[in-house]
Amino acid sequence: MNIDQLTIVKAKEGLKKKEFSSLELVEGYFKNIKKKNSQLNAFITLCEKEALLEAKKADKLISEGVKKSLLGIPMAFKDNFLTRGIKTTAASKVLQNYIPVYDATVVDKLKKAGVIILGKTNMDAWAHGSSGEASDFGLTRNPYDRNKVPGGSSSGSATAVASRMALAATGTDTGGSIRQPASFCNVVGLKPTYGRVSRYGIIAMASSLDAIGHLTKTVADSALLLGITAGQDKFDATTSPSPVGDYLKNIKKSVKNIKIGVPKEYFREGLEQNVKSKIKAALKEFEKLGVKVEEVSLPHTEYALAVYYIIQPAEVSSNLARYDGIRYGLGRKMFAGEAKRRIMLGTFTLSSGYWEAYYLKAMKARTLIKEDFDKVFKKVDALITPVSPTLPFKIGEKTADPLKMYLSDIYTVTANLAGIPGISIPAGFVNNLPVGMQILGPHFSEDLLFRLAYHYEQKTEFYKKKPV
Amino acid sequence: MTFKTFIGLEIHIELKTKAKMFCRCAADYFGHEPNTHVCPVCLGLPGALPVPNKKAIELTIMVGQALNCQINSFSKFDRKNYFYPDLPKGYQISQYDLPFCKNGEFLNVKITRTHLEEDTAKLTHLRLDGKEVSLIDFNRSGVPLLEIVTEPDIKSSKQAKGFLKKLAQTVRYLNVSDCNMEKGSMRLEVNISLGKDRLPDYKVELKNLNSFRFAEKAIDYEIKRQRETLEKGEKPIQETRGWDEKRQRTFSQRTKEEAQDYRYFPEPDIPPIRLNEKEVTEIKNSLPELPEEKKQRFIKVYRLSEYNASLLTENIKTANFFEGSASLAQKEGIETSKIANILNNRKINISKISTGKFVKDILDEKNKVQIKDQDLDKIIKKVLENNQEVVKEIKKGKEIAIEFLVGQVMKETKGQVDPNHARSILREKIKSA
Repeated sequence: MNIDQLTIVKAKEGLKKKEFSSLELVEGYFKNIKKKNSQLNAFITLCEKEALLEAKKADKLISEGVKKSLLGIPMAFKDNFLTRGIKTTAASKVLQNYIPVYDATVVDKLKKAGVIILGKTNMDAWAHGSSGEASDFGLTRNPYDRNKVPGGSSSGSATAVASRMALAATGTDTGGSIRQPASFCNVVGLKPTYGRVSRYGIIAMASSLDAIGHLTKTVADSALLLGITAGQDKFDATTSPSPVGDYLKNIKKSVKNIKIGVPKEYFREGLEQNVKSKIKAALKEFEKLGVKVEEVSLPHTEYALAVYYIIQPAEVSSNLARYDGIRYGLGRKMFAGEAKRRIMLGTFTLSSGYWEAYYLKAMKARTLIKEDFDKVFKKVDALITPVSPTLPFKIGEKTADPLKMYLSDIYTVTANLAGIPGISIPAGFVNNLPVGMQILGPHFSEDLLFRLAYHYEQKTEFYKKKPV
Repeated sequence: MTFKTFIGLEIHIELKTKAKMFCRCAADYFGHEPNTHVCPVCLGLPGALPVPNKKAIELTIMVGQALNCQINSFSKFDRKNYFYPDLPKGYQISQYDLPFCKNGEFLNVKITRTHLEEDTAKLTHLRLDGKEVSLIDFNRSGVPLLEIVTEPDIKSSKQAKGFLKKLAQTVRYLNVSDCNMEKGSMRLEVNISLGKDRLPDYKVELKNLNSFRFAEKAIDYEIKRQRETLEKGEKPIQETRGWDEKRQRTFSQRTKEEAQDYRYFPEPDIPPIRLNEKEVTEIKNSLPELPEEKKQRFIKVYRLSEYNASLLTENIKTANFFEGSASLAQKEGIETSKIANILNNRKINISKISTGKFVKDILDEKNKVQIKDQDLDKIIKKVLENNQEVVKEIKKGKEIAIEFLVGQVMKETKGQVDPNHARSILREKIKSA
């Protein structure tokens, strides 16, 4: 068993062929965690005792011939996924001792599929942040360069998968919180279509934008997981009844003659030259695969970040109101700076006298951004853009300037505003730092995104380059 | 000086659904152990999401239709943000600009809107172990709550009371709520102001009105209080006042110097609700006969007086009992108006008797009377002839002797006649003889 080379698909094979046991697998990951986590700080809570126990149970079931799609596979969960009996903090001191009484729907589904929980990963508190520095339990470091940020808010999940401390990890993406850290850490990050995966039991950030996804080493692993987590949930009224495809099975289908649009608005000033050249190189690879590439326009892109920073804090201000310390958790005085900033921003834009000028206007602009995508997807099947305008930046570089930090999300917030799916996949390295590429598609086009990403990944195999 | 009175009502009615508004906990909370009908959703735990109860939406539309409202084909839920310990999420899910029903009219009072929201938890303030504490019972948290808002069209306490009674009656007919003011399944806020000819720029909100009677008294008191203030050349303060039953007066609870800003915005956890015409029509067709229609039908079909029809249609149980009895009675040749009279005059406890037994009793009584009709005259004539001495005594003033004659009649008829009836006929015959 070579943990460095393992993916979920390979681990499944290995367990099936009895090359190794689930116990060995879990022990292997805890060995890596013990070696690396003190430096990287990817986990808030570790569940070693329980995980070893679960692994033994899984091995017993495997020996009895029980078949479950992820039986004995260890995963990490972002700490805003409620896990029954396991402390769930959203990386905020407000919930530092909170132990949930129920599992999030996604946690429940993965547990039923046989997944073993290794631990809960670090994040920017309440998922507010793009660097992993805003955790109340210490920042997370980028495994490819420990002086750089891993991206955020799913910072611990990206770091854990990249540094081989977990086979895969869950994440949430409200404005890029899965895709951007995936891009910074050379892993695959999926933000599914809004309504594809249940939000029930996941600590809400901005309800109309939150998408529930995961970070994996490969595209195939991502497709495999979505096949389990996707689907309508009677506990989430915004989930869609549209059928869940067999994403993994379709992944190898040819991508020849598929039309990809390159939105020109995503390649203007602000985009670092070395990131741009990596994306351009990736487009050349796609052309070699028989994909047709053309330039397109999404004219309202320039308003996206402003719209996002009105709607998102408005919903945040309301969603955080329940943390009053009366029924559970500590009091409001435990909220840290970024949460307070967003509560104040949101409360302001929803106040009478300002509501029309900010919230209502932002909602109208949001519709225009959606319509941009509707129009462009009549011409092309998918879009390719950068994930982040910059390479992973230095720890501390942007913490003093929230506006600069917010700009990290400029290419990712549009998908959340429009509710469309997006996937971030490794697209190479600049100075040994990972660069990610984003593929966007129409609502419920995850199938196509996986196919495009898979064929590119098979040609390039950037995922094989592990951190030093 | 004369002033016009403007009264508008805000009525909250708890819907009688099995489950709560946004989760599957039992909605029935009255008299249950505190915090036993709760779940992550109605406790406002992290990650919990609301899923609307379709039945509650249907019931809301039923009420809206009974109040002659327009039904919005596109409506949505909104968040009303404010902090209070009885509100676990820090916001109440309500409806702001697109309620399910709007622009209705009921008893000549315009209905502004009828919308759906969730009830709050129940706070109890008490002294426990020497400390003042507030206890929270979340059983009520998330119970579906209908809000009906009227225009300030009501002119008097009497009209307000009449409106409320009729509204409660209608809602009970729909089997949507018990509308019990004491148990809190119907709650009332009254907005009241006085103006020379048009609605003035202030209003006083009356709360804590736990019965129709209190509401009536509070309105009367408030009209008088506001008139006296205005007559002094002052303007009444815009405020919330409560009713003090002991002292028979309203008292200031809270002055509204600045309207609270609820920061409404569309509830992102619940997609907007589209109702097509077919669904609305289906709900409309499922409406039961409402009290007024029933009353008119009773008058027409059963030839009842307005008075009898009103009494019989006061609640649906009595109305159904009457109709059941009437159809049985018609087969036996008993007039339906007689059934109505007996039901109304004799205060029959309909929960303790079946319609069959009720009609049979009437029939038995009638049969007794029938003997009289055919033969009683002859029998009485015979008894009088055979007892002429007794008749003379009675005529002289020995009233009590009539009982002997009654006994004779009973004997002759084998007890098949009502002795009171026999006595009165005997008296009449003796008088006129």
